[in-house]
Amino acid sequence: MNLKLQSILQKVQKPARYSGGEYKQIVKEKSAGLLRVAYCFPDTYEIGMSNLGLRIMYGLLNERDDVWCERVFAPWGDMADLMRENAIPLYGLESGDPIRAFDIVSFSLGTELSYTSVLNMLDLGGIPVKAKDRTSNAPLIIAGGMCAFNPEPLADFIDLFVIGEGEEVIGEIVEAYKLAKTQGIDKPEFLKSASAIGGVYVPSLYDIAYNDDGTVEKIMPREGAPLPIEKRFVADFDASYFPTDTIIPSTGIVHDRVVLELFRGCVRGCRFCQAGHITRPVRARSPETLTRQAIESIQNSGYDEITLSSLSTSDYGELFPLCDQLLSWCESRKVSLSLPSLRADNFSVELMERVQKVRKSGLTFAPEAGSQRLRDVINKNVTEEDLLNTCAIAFAGGWNGVKLYFMLGLPTETDEDVLAIAELSRAVLDTWKRTAKNKNRGVRITVSTSCFVPKPHTPFQWESQVTMAEYQRRVELLRDALISAKAITYNWHTPEMGFVEAALARGNRRVGAVIESAWKSGAYLDTWSEYFSLERWLAVFEQCGLNPEFYATRERSSEEILPWSVVSSGVSEDHFRRERERSKEGQITPDCREQCSACGVSKLAAGGMCHGQK
Amino acid sequence: MGKNKLRLRFCKTGNAKYISHLDLMATMQRGLLRAGVNLRYTEGFNPHPIMSIALPLSVGCESVCELMDIDPADPLPGNLNDFFPEGIAVTDSYISEQKFANIVWLGIRGSLMFGGDIAELRERFTQESIIIQKKTKRGVNDIDIIPFIRDVEFHEGDMVTMTAKISAQNPTLSSENLMQALDGDLKPDFTAFCREEVYDAEMNIFR
Repeated sequence: MNLKLQSILQKVQKPARYSGGEYKQIVKEKSAGLLRVAYCFPDTYEIGMSNLGLRIMYGLLNERDDVWCERVFAPWGDMADLMRENAIPLYGLESGDPIRAFDIVSFSLGTELSYTSVLNMLDLGGIPVKAKDRTSNAPLIIAGGMCAFNPEPLADFIDLFVIGEGEEVIGEIVEAYKLAKTQGIDKPEFLKSASAIGGVYVPSLYDIAYNDDGTVEKIMPREGAPLPIEKRFVADFDASYFPTDTIIPSTGIVHDRVVLELFRGCVRGCRFCQAGHITRPVRARSPETLTRQAIESIQNSGYDEITLSSLSTSDYGELFPLCDQLLSWCESRKVSLSLPSLRADNFSVELMERVQKVRKSGLTFAPEAGSQRLRDVINKNVTEEDLLNTCAIAFAGGWNGVKLYFMLGLPTETDEDVLAIAELSRAVLDTWKRTAKNKNRGVRITVSTSCFVPKPHTPFQWESQVTMAEYQRRVELLRDALISAKAITYNWHTPEMGFVEAALARGNRRVGAVIESAWKSGAYLDTWSEYFSLERWLAVFEQCGLNPEFYATRERSSEEILPWSVVSSGVSEDHFRRERERSKEGQITPDCREQCSACGVSKLAAGGMCHGQK
Repeated sequence: MGKNKLRLRFCKTGNAKYISHLDLMATMQRGLLRAGVNLRYTEGFNPHPIMSIALPLSVGCESVCELMDIDPADPLPGNLNDFFPEGIAVTDSYISEQKFANIVWLGIRGSLMFGGDIAELRERFTQESIIIQKKTKRGVNDIDIIPFIRDVEFHEGDMVTMTAKISAQNPTLSSENLMQALDGDLKPDFTAFCREEVYDAEMNIFR
């Protein structure tokens, strides 16, 4: 490491974020044929290193002899400022080489609020932020992840997007890039050939026509580019790559533990949930595979905790056998098991007791809405009875705390629904009074609300978000209703970030100018309250002549051409329309195991594979 | 030391110098576990592995003489160092009865980027007293560091090399405290320090 960088690292907080050198980082010998990939995560080291996607792509790419993939994270403000002052360009942690010298610079997009960080990281790397200002193939700027399902707000900046799971398509992109490099194919030609790869979206090959009211009139592909781009996914998830021998950070990160991925997709069909829809079909790993991966991961990492991760862990068909196998190995080795994302309707206290032998601190459930009517609207098929029964068993078993998560501003929500959150919380408190073994220890019930953000590729993609003022009014209503209950703590997220997130999430290409202006006026690391500024975002929307409410709070008609319809998750717009209608009637849709709702995703896979069937 | 306790001497150099003391504990524990060395745990409500590291090193300072006591349930394998991040390597392991409290002096070596005359640096450390402001748990205090420094030497080179022995405990001096003595024109543009040896009160190497 050069002295200039060392000298800066003496001045910043947490320099271990920027030094590299962790156990199992991969360093390769530089050679002419070696393709250099910078895998950029537009948030801090601690967040990025906790991301399983990063570890999968890092491992997969580095398995290839012809590729060296390095990690890059968004430097915190102190470091970013010093890098600019001292003309140190953003570099890969493994080699210390500036990212502008790489072949491919790839961004992982997990939240819309990271968009300004993407631009700032490009700029810190000395790379022009606009795709049209980059005329050569290197570095090629690519992006993937959840937010790529509406790629339009970043269309001006990214050369190509990967839609869906990256495991298979990344190799195809690497091959195409290598071919272009050896044959001297120029960027326009390369991008054209890349657009033929399944799941690849090259925004420069599409023209968008707008109506006078600002809605999309037409999406027009050029040069044979496909419309829509169908997402990619790994058909045989059980056999797909999982990193069991991966980097172990030398500094604390958010998830300092082994994360096992049980399955992808979700059978539930909650109407607000983007992840549950865009990751269909459900594909699970076998308990044998998972047990093997867990043991290897623990032995290779030295970690003492395993998390079972998925969108809804209690829906994993073989959860009991899996936990039995894992616990029999873990217990003698002082390795603990944690189970997030449990549902209140099929939660097993027996399982939880086995898993959490040491600490019985708290349980977390997300009923999302307070009244049964509204839970039916959003298709969160959890009843009050389920929740109270589960709490009763848990309290009788010695638990003395529960956290309840709700959203405010869900479609059709009334004041009655808001007040129902208070009633449900009080019912949980009453349940504790009736069932707790030891009341002397007291109980802590925590109620949290956040503002609902309608997302693309969900049945609620057409719905309006409530205004910030209306969210705040509902917060006050709920707060007043809970104020006399001493055992219940109410925390609410402020609505400002959710409003900007909603405007960006359902933005079209015109929003790109807003993102660029926001970044130019200093927006960076917007998921952090230290940095986020609503005033700045409102000002740049105005500068660009756009109204954020057009994107965030406007209700769309089911006929409107949506900017993100350029890509398809496999779940059809017709299915979303049907689900929208059912939600308005308060009709629930059973989960995929009970009855197929013909969402369309089975057409993506040969043989119509769905919810774990082979 | 308990009868199973083992003292490890290890280096923390290169990029590993940025690992904080707290993170180092987790890093060493995980490295040992990866190598198949389980540590014995404390009894009680919240068991944690028995492990202690002498004299926390400040972030950014290298060392070739860190000491850590562990209570291993397994023998150390020959390839132990393969399981640590780069820059961390165990160089010796032995049983010792000496308590960390008997460490009195630390030998340090620094590289200073300094354009001036090194005679001025030497002169600074021959003064009768050097008062610096030192942060302690109770706030900021003025202390005279001269009684707590000895054998200060400077050598010319691409960078000026400084060697010294500084008080390890009561008070604990750090290389930053030494550099506080060099203010104004004497302030180096860049410094990098390494802890080289630990000594007892008689200036014998502490083991």
